Amino acid sequence: MNLTNLPIGTQAKVVAVNGNNAITKRLMEMGVVPGVSVRVIKSAPFSDPLEIRVRGYHLAMRKNEADAIEVSK
Amino acid sequence: MKFKIPNSRFQIPNSGSVVVDTIEGQRTTDNRHFTIALAGNPNAGKTTLFNVLTGMRQKVANYPGVTVERKEGFWQLNGSENTARLIDLPGLYSLDATSLDEQIARDVLLGKVADSPKPNALIAVVDATNLERNLYLVIQLLEFKIPVVIALTMVDTAEKQSLEIDTDKLSHLLQIPVVRVKATQKQGIEELAKKVLQAAKTEATPNFVWLSNADFINNTDEDDIHLSLSDNTAANKKIFARYNFISDVYQEAVKPKDTLERSVSEKIDHILTHKFFGLAILIGILLLVFQTIFSWANLPMDLLDKGFGALGDFARAEMPEGILTDLLVDGVITGVGGVVVFLPQILLLFLFLSILEDTGYMARAAFLLDKLMSRVGLHGKAFLPLLSSFACAIPGIMATRTIENPKDRLATIMIAPFMSCSARLPVYTLMIAAFFAGQTVFGFLSLGAVLILAMYALGIMVAVIVAFILKRTILKSPTPPFVMELPPYRLPNFRTVFQNMFIRAGLFLKRAGTVILAISIILWALTAFPRISHQSSVISYQSATPENDEQQTTDSEQLKNSYAGKFGHIIEPVIEPLGFDWKIGVALIASFAAREVLVSTLSIIYNVGKEETEESASLINAVRDAKKDDGTKAWTPLTALTLMVFFVLAMQCMSTVAVVRRETNSWAWALFMVGYMTGLAYLAAFLTYQGGRLLGFG
Ligand SMILES: Nc1nc2c(ncn2[C@@H]2O[C@H](COP(=O)(O)OP(=O)(O)OP(=O)(O)O)[C@@H](O)[C@H]2O)c(=O)[nH]1
Ligand SMILES: [Mg+2]
Repeated sequence: MNLTNLPIGTQAKVVAVNGNNAITKRLMEMGVVPGVSVRVIKSAPFSDPLEIRVRGYHLAMRKNEADAIEVSK
Repeated sequence: MKFKIPNSRFQIPNSGSVVVDTIEGQRTTDNRHFTIALAGNPNAGKTTLFNVLTGMRQKVANYPGVTVERKEGFWQLNGSENTARLIDLPGLYSLDATSLDEQIARDVLLGKVADSPKPNALIAVVDATNLERNLYLVIQLLEFKIPVVIALTMVDTAEKQSLEIDTDKLSHLLQIPVVRVKATQKQGIEELAKKVLQAAKTEATPNFVWLSNADFINNTDEDDIHLSLSDNTAANKKIFARYNFISDVYQEAVKPKDTLERSVSEKIDHILTHKFFGLAILIGILLLVFQTIFSWANLPMDLLDKGFGALGDFARAEMPEGILTDLLVDGVITGVGGVVVFLPQILLLFLFLSILEDTGYMARAAFLLDKLMSRVGLHGKAFLPLLSSFACAIPGIMATRTIENPKDRLATIMIAPFMSCSARLPVYTLMIAAFFAGQTVFGFLSLGAVLILAMYALGIMVAVIVAFILKRTILKSPTPPFVMELPPYRLPNFRTVFQNMFIRAGLFLKRAGTVILAISIILWALTAFPRISHQSSVISYQSATPENDEQQTTDSEQLKNSYAGKFGHIIEPVIEPLGFDWKIGVALIASFAAREVLVSTLSIIYNVGKEETEESASLINAVRDAKKDDGTKAWTPLTALTLMVFFVLAMQCMSTVAVVRRETNSWAWALFMVGYMTGLAYLAAFLTYQGGRLLGFG
């Protein structure tokens, strides 16, 4: 399951960050690594971008980026 | 000339940093002259600490990416015995820099900059409420064997959240000093100085084994989580290993708070970025700001206006008649005063901007409007530079350094000047005060506030369209990714807000005292020369005009026959389709140096050609009463609107052109910007005026 499909308000564990490009690397450097738990806080108008909470801080990302993050409940 | 896309990776523009005596050599060992740099994630509180340590006043605000260049100052470490050169840097999440601002920081931290010695020690500014992510950079710095002292900021917030951090344990686990600082209350500063001095002298760095130990990395796979670090690159493994280490440290040193409870920040955010009301709230906030600017600024503006009028009359009465008095009264006082009277509006605008910036709302506005940005093809981070362009395009253009892709950065630079900057405010205000004052919409909104909002909206709309076209033509590249940290809401700090307001207002006054002053003098000279002799004009008009109109005739004849007048008549055919007469034309041309110059030029022109009966009519009245050569009114509400539209779109600011050239390292882009913006401005003004006339206005 991708982060994009995670219902708002639910918590899940990151399983993988797929793709190997600058942005997935940056996501990992910002703490979104396999094993960490994330929670979807909300989405902006038109359902994009998403706001998530990870390691105690809030991170906004477009759905494109969220698609790369694989999670499991 | 060639349009090249500058590659941000290889090109770092000269920063406008404070010049300090360069200390030669790498890692100077002279005890009295250490070089210390501040390193840390964006928005961790580096500049706040820098300002307290050096007594300087660099910009602080609650969003990531405020500092985009290197800044230096001096820090008295212990009394006057040891002075350090302290460097404030842009924030960075990782030493693997992806954007220009991060590269600038990384290069200084690693001592790769030619004109700056390698720092003897670093202060790693670590946000206590965001420990894990902040420690990532610290770990990287330690891998480079750089002496580091951690300054733990935001401890006040951490305490409120009952987040307990055992600093001794943290220090022990990381093998480096950790100091709690409350910068604004000057707490922990002495201890920080002591620890930094020690670190710089001993150059001690911890000896970590976790990364050099290949086994450790392989061991991470034993976790029950299925690891598909796709491609399993060494880089990803390193990131993973660092975070594993950090998690261990965190678990030992921090007693985490109960994460289930929603923070105050989240509750506020739930309303302000609401799916449906969020955008309405954003527009509401802006309307409220403009409405307040208008209602509060009127009185002080009138007083300033009267003050400058009185000053002019006083100078005129006290000084001997002659060319010098004319220069002082008609040139300097009228020209500079004409701009300075708008200081109240400017101050209020900056006050509100500074408050919004320090609450953390700006980043939320970026979040709300990101869908629009991605449709256009812009980088989500482009939003913050564009927002700061509402104060002035120059810091806005500099702030685009946070955008990774050079093409996206360039597209943002190209549209930044469409954001209505504070220099346009005097022009808008003058037009509205003269032609739309006192009218309301829906009975409670002032027409002025609505018109100003419309002007801002026009600038934004055109910017969006232009970016859309640029991103599909000459700056074609895929829609860039967007990942941005959203800072927590904070109560705006009184000192920060007023400091930001006064720094910006100071720049406005400085411009009035330099650029505007110089142009006022030149313009006055252009209107006052060549001098037609008093004698001859009296003779030539004696028969035609009654005695009491003699002075007026002389004055307006003087203006008409001056260099400015002649020039105005030459360009009149070009601006006539926009409804402007030659006097407005002269002001319009002059305002290409800087937008406020329009106001000062109109003051000078209407003052030089004023009627004798008026002593020192306010500019507003002068504009209302101004006549064309044929005796009809020079201004109608439609002309005023047309002028405002022109000002929204035209590129009339020399300093911005210079900064665009520097940041893109290309004259071609800078000139392209001037050309296309001004072309658009002319077209839009033409459509406004002619369309308005067809509809029966004006
Ligand atoms: N509560 C609290 N707020 C702080 C503290 N230090 C800084 N701030 C606030 O944190 C925000 C960011 O501070 P800055 O000093 O601009 O952060 P920076 O690290 O220079 O940020 P960039 O230049 O964007 O990298 C501002 O709103 C400050 O007022 C602190 O110790 N406690
Ligand atoms: Mg800063």
